[in-house]
Amino acid sequence: MSSTTTNPTGFSSAWIIFRTCVEERLVYRGDFALGTLMRFLPIITQIFLWTAVYTAAGGSINGYTRNDVIAYYLLTMLGRAFSSMPGLASGIAGQIRSGEIKKFLIQPIDLLHYLLLARVAHKLVYYAVAAGPFALVFWLCGDYFPPWPDGPTWVAFLLSLLMGFVLGFFLEATLGMIGFWFLEVSSLLFFYMLANFFFSGHMFPLEFLTNSVPPWFASLLWFQPLQFLAYFPSAVYLGKITGPELWQGLALQAAWVVFFYTTARVAMHRGYNRYSGFGG
Amino acid sequence: MAIIQIRGLRKSYRVYQKQEGLLASFRGLFHREYREVEAVRGIDLDVEQGEFVAFLGPNGAGKTTTLKLLSGVISPTAGEATVMGFTPWQRANEYRRRFALVMGQKNQLWWDLPAAESFRLHQQIYRLPPDEYDRTTAELTDLLSVGKLLNQPVRELSLGERMKMELIAALLHRPEVLFLDEPTIGLDVVAQHKIQQFLKHYQETRGTTVLLTSHYMKDIAALCRRVVIIANGRLMYDGSLAGIVDRFSGHKVLTLQFADDAMPTDLARFGEPLDVQPPKARIKVERERIADVLSSVLSGYQVADVSVEDPPLEEVIAEMFATAEDVSDSQELAAVST
Repeated sequence: MSSTTTNPTGFSSAWIIFRTCVEERLVYRGDFALGTLMRFLPIITQIFLWTAVYTAAGGSINGYTRNDVIAYYLLTMLGRAFSSMPGLASGIAGQIRSGEIKKFLIQPIDLLHYLLLARVAHKLVYYAVAAGPFALVFWLCGDYFPPWPDGPTWVAFLLSLLMGFVLGFFLEATLGMIGFWFLEVSSLLFFYMLANFFFSGHMFPLEFLTNSVPPWFASLLWFQPLQFLAYFPSAVYLGKITGPELWQGLALQAAWVVFFYTTARVAMHRGYNRYSGFGG
Repeated sequence: MAIIQIRGLRKSYRVYQKQEGLLASFRGLFHREYREVEAVRGIDLDVEQGEFVAFLGPNGAGKTTTLKLLSGVISPTAGEATVMGFTPWQRANEYRRRFALVMGQKNQLWWDLPAAESFRLHQQIYRLPPDEYDRTTAELTDLLSVGKLLNQPVRELSLGERMKMELIAALLHRPEVLFLDEPTIGLDVVAQHKIQQFLKHYQETRGTTVLLTSHYMKDIAALCRRVVIIANGRLMYDGSLAGIVDRFSGHKVLTLQFADDAMPTDLARFGEPLDVQPPKARIKVERERIADVLSSVLSGYQVADVSVEDPPLEEVIAEMFATAEDVSDSQELAAVST
């Protein structure tokens, strides 16, 4: 239980919080490993599904070949490994309901800062476990992918993945903070999950949707934030978004990150002031 | 200047009133009725540095709400309070580094990790220099005899052991003000006693200002010289524990041991017989009648032994709380009927 040998600083605090979160994550290792591996099972059904669809429909749908769509699906899995935040919003709302949130009001620690560190820790542990299976799947499915993209595309792809993580975090944190007003947010989260399912491009490329809805709705879809959680990084990697569109997309993603960062912070402060100290 | 100053502090909540039944549940989807509950109704209080003050009151009296207000967990509806010069609900980090709140029913430690990990985290959160942290941790774990349990996951500790760890975590940063909300709730007598002893020793040696709420009279008798009674959100008494009986009890208990066959049959004329087992009897007598009753008993009967005592403190307090609730009920009824 020996302490650190130097005086604590902002950085060492962040490091210890991060380390403790990693340790906590590793406690239930069996459940964690199984949960991680199970996520790879749907890939097989997706490959069969899209093969059947393309056998019936022929060469290309909205500019995507069968190989494109399967590569796209695998890339959205990677994108979601960054942007999905299982249990974040419901966890915040649960802490508000049970009163555990008091800890963050009493101690000199910022809730969002702490949750972000915890999430980075959880994600890194996840990547450590999932890296092997991910590499194997991508290697086995290598034939579905186009040739390796060029340097700038790689940079844009990685940037969009990282911003996807931050965007997903602050978006879900904002949803969790709604718990200060409504206590129970499970229906809201269900609605979010449903919207995410369609509008993040998680299941199929957004072009499939935008080409079959009214133009005004299609243009809305190109502005909404959920696309950056799965569709955008995948489309960037596959070279579907290039030139000025690519940098405009990244700028829009950055703007959404700033928007949800601000919203989460404002919601947290207003929620604190509204908080009634539930749970004894 | 007092370390804690409270002036006209009020806190009210809006509580949803749900009627029983399915129909009422559907109606509640469109129209909801709320009731304003005043948990704290204008409290004024000063606490000096180094005092150990007990907050006493029935459930729902406003004790915990007051502690939550003073620790900045909630904001008041009206009134002011300062602790060490800070307004608690502004939640300044400088303030949060100088106080601690321990709630007997809440866990602040990491459930799945050993307490040592939570302590290390606290060292960082409160920015404690390593030598000070090592010294304090060693001292506290020694005082509470939990050195061997530090590396055991918190979920595997008993309630008493967990409470000790909670106290250590709360005291690592040497808070100048400590709020304790029922720290011994649910603990067995031995664990309660150990925690009492520890708190007593800690407060005496450090001179920490402590505000404690507890339902256990033993906690309060062992630790606090000053007692503040809160009922229905109002301060009803502020003084010593012994003073409560003088102020709120209108009677004394007379114990008489009569000589053989000398016990009168009509004891009720002296007061309310509490326990009659000839030749011994205990009678509840109004304070102002005690001298008259004693003289007529001693002159009229052969008495082998006699004693006059104050009623038990718990009994006085229970009576007082019951009276306070009756007053509150009648006030609410009056409010509804007007």
